[in-house]
Amino acid sequence: MSQIKQIKVNAIKNGTVIDHITAGKVRKVLDILELDGTEIVMVGMNLSSKKLNRKDIVKIENKELSRNEVNSIALVAPNATLIIIKDFEVEKKVSLEIPENIENLIVCPNPKCITNSEDIKSKFRLTKDEPVKVRCFYCEKKYLIDEVKIKK
Amino acid sequence: MKNLISMRDLSKEEILHLMDVTGKIEEGKIVPDMQRKLAALLFFEPSTRTMFSFDTAMKRMNGDTIIMSGTGQTSVKKGESFADTLQTIAQYSDIIIMRSPVEGAARYASEVVDIPVVNAGDGANQHPTQALLDLYSIVKTQGTLENLSIGLAGDLRFGRTVHSLAQAMALFNVKFKFISPSFLKMPQYIKDDLKSQKIEFEEYENIEDNIDDLDVLYVTRIQKERFADPEDYEKLKGSYILERPMLSNVKENLKVMHPLPRVDEIHTDVDNTEFAYYFPQAKNGVFTRQAIISILLGEV
Repeated sequence: MSQIKQIKVNAIKNGTVIDHITAGKVRKVLDILELDGTEIVMVGMNLSSKKLNRKDIVKIENKELSRNEVNSIALVAPNATLIIIKDFEVEKKVSLEIPENIENLIVCPNPKCITNSEDIKSKFRLTKDEPVKVRCFYCEKKYLIDEVKIKK
Repeated sequence: MKNLISMRDLSKEEILHLMDVTGKIEEGKIVPDMQRKLAALLFFEPSTRTMFSFDTAMKRMNGDTIIMSGTGQTSVKKGESFADTLQTIAQYSDIIIMRSPVEGAARYASEVVDIPVVNAGDGANQHPTQALLDLYSIVKTQGTLENLSIGLAGDLRFGRTVHSLAQAMALFNVKFKFISPSFLKMPQYIKDDLKSQKIEFEEYENIEDNIDDLDVLYVTRIQKERFADPEDYEKLKGSYILERPMLSNVKENLKVMHPLPRVDEIHTDVDNTEFAYYFPQAKNGVFTRQAIISILLGEV
């Protein structure tokens, strides 16, 4: 199985692998990544997965993600695993979690919200709803993660 | 309590304390003194009634007010940032009381200035002082806030008053009846909140058949402007006008409340029944706002 995967998405020498992305969400992950166009990026979609049945995956050569990128990816792919690769070896493996307080990562979809008329950082908090929702600290409206736009 | 921005911020204990202070102010057991205290009333959206109520509350306590109404006479129009306007006004006054069409404006103001901020309404979001005066009116007429049957009728979709009230009453194990045309129903996010707090509610489209078991009927206006077709409004409006004959089988303790202004949703023949409570409710607003200002300025 791992050999088949190896053929589908090549291993990288140094860089970051974002594994266990919910199938279909890889485009959103790519939108979040601050790429300058020179990086080698490999994308796998709808790969079989023990954990998720189907998953997407991204491998990026020679890139470490910023905290903002990691938190934003957690929002769109809360089951994702972040793997740092050094010399073809796994140096670090972290399961992503949506932060309780989400600062300046989301654009509030409410056009009447003050964050859309004044130059202020948006603040959202995770609610206890199932499926997970976020509530704007200012206008107090609640949204599904899929309804909000992630800031670049 | 440093600011009053949203009912969501208040615990049950804080609400009950506020009710207690309001009652004592009304009875004259507490006489707050606001001499040399100045409240800045910033009303970026017109509201004669709420503004007058705050103005009266401050003046009844020997305090004073400075008033900004609309944005025409201010530097906001000259391009000054909202934060700068607020910080300047905070230099002149002891407390800022503000209404804005922008949702979250009062929350933001409370982050920008060092003095207390009271939200007197932010768009369709919150109007906590109205919710608190409504709670005071309920506790004063019913003797409790617990286990009541409350009907909210009219425009439940756009009315921030009913949103704040529903959230506040949810702390007190009430049963709700939401009575509105289908397209003006209580928003899903409020209903989700109530469900998560295990608060019972039922939804109806007709006022007449659903008020006999209520302790409080809270009526709000259905605005004609909400209807795309004026004919739909004419067809519907009769279902939401409360008239005296409808009150023949209601509970003795029923009180009919309304945030005012009323247009025609409560017929004037209800006014001289023992059920009408909307004008005393407005008076309660002054006592409630006196209590809020006094608590925030550390005077009680």
